[in-house]
Amino acid sequence: MGTFIPNTKEEQLQMLNEIGYKDFDDLFKVIPDEAKVKGELNLPEGLSEIEVDRKVQALANKNVIFRSIFRGAGAYNHYVPSAVDAIANKEEFLTAYTPYQAEISQGILQSIFEYQTMIAEITGMDIANASMYDGASAAAEACWMCKDRRHSTIYVSGAIDERILRVINTYSFGRESKVVVIPAKNGVTDAEALKAALADDPAASCFLMQYPNFYGVVEDAEELCKITKEAGAKFIMYVQPLSLGVLKTPGEIGADIAVGEGQPLGLGLEFGGPYLGFLSTRQENMRQIPGRLIGETVDTRGDRGFVLTIQAREQHIRREKASSNICSNEAWCALRAGIYLSTIGPKGFEQVATLCSSKAHYMAAELDKIGMKLAYDGEFWNEFVTTCPDADKLNAALEAKGILGGLKICDGNVLWCCTELNSKEDIDEVVAIAKEVF
Amino acid sequence: MKLIFEKSIPGRGQDIFPACDVPVVLPKEDKLRKTTVHLPEISENEMGRHYTALAKRAHGVNDGFYPLGSCTMKHNPRINEKMANLPGFAKLHPLQPAHTVEGANELIADLEKFLCEITGMAGVTFQPAAGAHGEFTGLLLIKAYHHDRGDADRTEILVPDAAHGTNPASATMAGYKTVVIKSNENGTVDLDDLKAHLGPKTAGLMLTNPNTVGLFDPNIMEITRLVHEAGGLCYYDGANLNAVIGIVRPADIGFDVIHMNLHKTFSTPHGGGGPGSGPCAFKDFLAPFAPGLVCKDGEYVRAEKSIGNMTGFYGNFLVMVKAYTYLLTIGKDVHTIAENAVLNANYMQEKLKDIYPIAFDTTCMHEFVIGLDPIYRKTHVSALDVAKALLDYGIHPPTIYFPLIVHEALMIEPTETETKETLDEAIKAFREIYDRIFNAPESVQLAPQTTPVLRLDDTKAAREPHLRYEF
Repeated sequence: MGTFIPNTKEEQLQMLNEIGYKDFDDLFKVIPDEAKVKGELNLPEGLSEIEVDRKVQALANKNVIFRSIFRGAGAYNHYVPSAVDAIANKEEFLTAYTPYQAEISQGILQSIFEYQTMIAEITGMDIANASMYDGASAAAEACWMCKDRRHSTIYVSGAIDERILRVINTYSFGRESKVVVIPAKNGVTDAEALKAALADDPAASCFLMQYPNFYGVVEDAEELCKITKEAGAKFIMYVQPLSLGVLKTPGEIGADIAVGEGQPLGLGLEFGGPYLGFLSTRQENMRQIPGRLIGETVDTRGDRGFVLTIQAREQHIRREKASSNICSNEAWCALRAGIYLSTIGPKGFEQVATLCSSKAHYMAAELDKIGMKLAYDGEFWNEFVTTCPDADKLNAALEAKGILGGLKICDGNVLWCCTELNSKEDIDEVVAIAKEVF
Repeated sequence: MKLIFEKSIPGRGQDIFPACDVPVVLPKEDKLRKTTVHLPEISENEMGRHYTALAKRAHGVNDGFYPLGSCTMKHNPRINEKMANLPGFAKLHPLQPAHTVEGANELIADLEKFLCEITGMAGVTFQPAAGAHGEFTGLLLIKAYHHDRGDADRTEILVPDAAHGTNPASATMAGYKTVVIKSNENGTVDLDDLKAHLGPKTAGLMLTNPNTVGLFDPNIMEITRLVHEAGGLCYYDGANLNAVIGIVRPADIGFDVIHMNLHKTFSTPHGGGGPGSGPCAFKDFLAPFAPGLVCKDGEYVRAEKSIGNMTGFYGNFLVMVKAYTYLLTIGKDVHTIAENAVLNANYMQEKLKDIYPIAFDTTCMHEFVIGLDPIYRKTHVSALDVAKALLDYGIHPPTIYFPLIVHEALMIEPTETETKETLDEAIKAFREIYDRIFNAPESVQLAPQTTPVLRLDDTKAAREPHLRYEF
């Protein structure tokens, strides 16, 4: 019933006849009969817009929207300023393709150039690419960037999100690289184990840590960086971008590559996607960068303009020798991140990071008062793990009040997350419910 | 135009965040950032104008005809966007308990059923975030299958010379050696060359059908049979599915695994380069290797021999909402998409072929390729020049210099959502440019003249890389 095909049946027939075909069967006779679908596909009748609207809304209404969210673990409930949606939804941005034709794509190209600059700035690195699929796949690509003829083993911290590790492992199944997990001890990477492992392995290519790590702990990244570099391997940091409003940057720490999930930068929770992988690095790694890069140049009048550049790395030029197969990326999500960072500015960037940290520390202290103790003693930013007598029971009680509690992880502990959206009252309410439950 | 950083004035900005209602606590001093961060300091008004100016310097489907070959730049229905923005989808945390996201998981399951019916496959994984990511996923499924059978010596993926660049790049990522198969004089797979390269090392074949010159391979049944006889599997690059949706099902013609581009065939917008979604559909014998968690009867489960995860959560969910909305709208009439897409391409081809050399002059599918080489040799006006000249007509140029097997290629894909009038106007523009090639070639070589910037120096950009603003 519904259609977006403008031509009427009569117009179609007229066009067919005009170019020498009787009808559509005649046009499609280039396809062998044995290849064609016999009869109708088993799909529902098409619907009018109003019917579609009702049907999809009904599905949306079956889902629960929590009024208060204390769960992070890779997806963060940050505020999205009104300007982000208003601007990003402009159709010129939304309905354009990859900016292959630079002369009519300056808007897209410049927005990504600005985004690349902002990602380099917040991570303290020299340069950033135009975006990756999500944080986990960006991490996997970053590991691949470090591989050369003599160095292929990928080391990762056992304190990273298992979802990131899973994607790294999956990519490595393809590329046949060995992935070694350095165990976590007391919520942080076991530095001695890392040192020992790297010392024994001349083929070590890189070590990847998460910062803050999966348990929320801000590890001693400088120490891990030193160990990694002394062993001749590259140091990769997977960072929560908003934490860098207060935390020491990968650039300051000495990382070779910074990657992460850009979802906190103006993207909603979205049931896991689309999100935004970001990747930034040192100038000297420029030609190993996967994905698109936007560069500045001039036009024939000498006016500044922007183009897709250093494309000799990419699949459409180098084919099987490309640094990655990435073609479509997450440009529109990168646009959102650019608008987000422009909206909040340097002051807001520090402010939001401070709010997240303060709320989390307040909540941790309040939970401590009722016996839910911090599971690890390391420094944290906006996520932390506490003990919990019965995480399932607590989360059920919270859910009944429209609150999404922390994530139950190993040993029945709970990984909590606070953002600027969690008010003191919200936090007090969770603590009060917990007190009531136990 | 100025960069947003050049519009920044210290002290300006926007107030988004409230005062802190709990004591301010930060990690210890030695953990804190010391360097300043340069981000724009700009009012909402100035920022809004900046991005509006950028939007005016961009070209989307709603700005005009966009016949970018292999990219299927069809209309992006508004209802799709409205549905994806519903809070009941957009505000879901991916780690919410399954019983609080039943609607989302029902949508995913329904979309899987639709895509299975359209492709003839048994299952779909929505993990891949884009087409190339779908290719990589499909190849990993093939690899896992061979390894599981103890057949790990299959190390080669056959790829036709006309294939998308992502195909060989994906093969490399999956750890395979790419073996290139020649095209014959008709632009389709050379069967003898295929036979010569099939063998015990063959893990599989990647094929786009219709291929990148817009032709449906008449030997498709034999091609897939030969690959299977050699013990390989057949991968269908679904980038060109728009040509045959509802008319041919990849599974029925011998393919074992396929990716689809929801951002092409299924009408979701490209967003200036992404996000896409590249679900990968497979026959039942590949199901045990599928990546990611799937919700079954209220429980998240993983396939028994899963290759792992391609993305952190469940793929690009909101893109899936848009594609689902589209399929609810079209329903069982999906074949009408292919019909009008193929008709529009043939109409344009027919109306241009008296002057422009068509690479393979026969009935095309959803796209066709002009090989400008003979004209270029005579006039030194290149495919790039013609593309740039089209900009002054408000038309987004076709894909150029691809496929590689056609010299000076212009690859034109009108899509089904364009009217006859739009095609006629584009045909007129192409014909005018043709006249200019011979009467005023320099006017074509100097095009465009009406765009915000003129031709840009790509060589300078690559030789003196300048990838960020320096403060």
